[in-house]
Amino acid sequence: MNPDLLNALAIFLLAILVGFEVISKVPATLHTPLMSGANSIHGIVMVGAMLIAAAADNPFSYVLAFIAMVFGAANVVGGYVVTDRMLQMFRRREPAKAAPAVEAASVPAGTPGTGTGAAGAAEGK
Amino acid sequence: MSDAWIYTLVFFSWLAGAAAFVLGLHQMNSPATARRGNQLSAAGMALAVIVTFLWLLTPGNAIHAGGMSLTAIAIIVVGFVLGGGIGLYMARKVAMTAMPQLVSLFNAVGGGAAALVAIDDFVRIAGQPELTVSTSIFVVLGAAIGSVTFSGSLIASGKLQGLIPGQPIIFPGSRLVTALTALIVAVGLVVLVLASAGAVVLTSDVQLLVLGLVVLSALTFGITLVLPIGGADMPVVISLLNSFTGTAAAMAGFVIGNPVLIIAGALVGASGAILTKLMADAMNRSIANIMVGGFGTGDAAAGSATGAGASGGTIREVSLDDAAIQLAYAQKVIIVPGYGLAVAQAQHACRELGDLLEARGVEVSYAIHPVAGRMPGHMNVLLAEANVPYPQLKEMEEINPEFDRTDVALVVGANDVTNPAARSNPQSPIYGMPILDVDHARSIIVMKRSMRPGYAGIDNELYANPKTGMLFADAKDGLTQLVAAVKEL
Repeated sequence: MNPDLLNALAIFLLAILVGFEVISKVPATLHTPLMSGANSIHGIVMVGAMLIAAAADNPFSYVLAFIAMVFGAANVVGGYVVTDRMLQMFRRREPAKAAPAVEAASVPAGTPGTGTGAAGAAEGK
Repeated sequence: MSDAWIYTLVFFSWLAGAAAFVLGLHQMNSPATARRGNQLSAAGMALAVIVTFLWLLTPGNAIHAGGMSLTAIAIIVVGFVLGGGIGLYMARKVAMTAMPQLVSLFNAVGGGAAALVAIDDFVRIAGQPELTVSTSIFVVLGAAIGSVTFSGSLIASGKLQGLIPGQPIIFPGSRLVTALTALIVAVGLVVLVLASAGAVVLTSDVQLLVLGLVVLSALTFGITLVLPIGGADMPVVISLLNSFTGTAAAMAGFVIGNPVLIIAGALVGASGAILTKLMADAMNRSIANIMVGGFGTGDAAAGSATGAGASGGTIREVSLDDAAIQLAYAQKVIIVPGYGLAVAQAQHACRELGDLLEARGVEVSYAIHPVAGRMPGHMNVLLAEANVPYPQLKEMEEINPEFDRTDVALVVGANDVTNPAARSNPQSPIYGMPILDVDHARSIIVMKRSMRPGYAGIDNELYANPKTGMLFADAKDGLTQLVAAVKEL
């Protein structure tokens, strides 16, 4: 096997071990945001989609690359925004009862959540 | 700058992106830092994506001499705007109760993208000397795993959304189809490996045909894999498919030789596997048992499933006013929210009741079973959305000792996770499943629409407990009425 592949396999193994280590400490409270956050991370295939789009030289490849790009972008942008929306809801008690509970109590669903970090990714280009 | 230098910088930014993913996930350990963690991870992603794009524009990049063609630029930009726009819209609009199916949908497209990257690379190099044995292994794995997650996650999402019936769907020969498609994938892998090793001579067209068969079989496999699995097991399935997508992304990374895909994919693959294991443990079932499916079809009802009162004792109903008085004059109340609360969208009414009781000096906490809701930790998200402060949300191990000194346990729309049979009756199908020790409280109020058994299809002997009062109501209406009744006291 060529050395590049061997290096890649070593990286792969170490990253798996890091994944085990990092996740096993997360409390059950955060499992949904965590799964959603991990879900956005595999949107990194979008980088792969960009690379195959650049390398493509026939219509079929272009079509595949385009679909991959759409899928990957939806995964990345949607994933980060929705995770951010979930996480911004996790608060300790509000400073005082005076703080009106309008934002969540009266709006049952679809509270507008602007994900600053994720929006950053969305504005990437 | 020379091309080699530019590539080094690009490589470093990929590594920085990968590091941001690891640190971001690490910060998700605590609710206080979780949001920052996710933003760090998003920043890492933005860096990796932007730098890759700029690099591809440079004439000396290693992917396409002279820089990208205009077509490629258009594909990337239009694809990003289109996909990103759809993702952004859905992420902003989704209700928190519908979160599991959206996560599953994003997982599907991620898996699909990974499969397409692997397939596209194969289309370019099939039949050429560039196609090594290792590349063809990774192509087949990436394409197959990505396709399985694509179709499987779509089915899971459809089941959660109610587009496909949630109960296990088993048609004659479905197991055979599953086995057969798995076999085709395996044979396809062997054929393509032999071809790339030169042991068999196949034209590039035949090789593409074989890969096409592999992809079709994998798509079918994903469908027949998820269809027989019941709705309440979906959390485990989504988690497992998430892990698969990570693995598929890593395989795609091997195919195109990109380190950030390998690291990020492996990270997600491993973390998804751990989460799946945690979930399955919380239900006291093996992952294999869940994947075989069919649970909750009724054949599991080794206990009696004949409905009310079958477990021997008598059922005592409690009136709304009695319940309100019990709650209002208690010192310590634990609310146990379950799937029924999520379905009725009663999380806001639930929080209102909790606040009202707290204002009267009652100590209120929420006992969250690990599998409450429709994905791991889903109940926490729903209650957080209703502004319940997270320190009040208690996990099972933390809250169980507290039931002994609790005056009233209010169970809203939860069933199997409170069934004492899991502790005491070795004959019960849920025996051994960790449960919330609700029956240890001095008094128990169960809010439930009817005496219908829960997902496991068995009676809950908690309801026949002399300490238990049943309050038959829809979770949302019942809680709203309770709030009104407590206010009047």
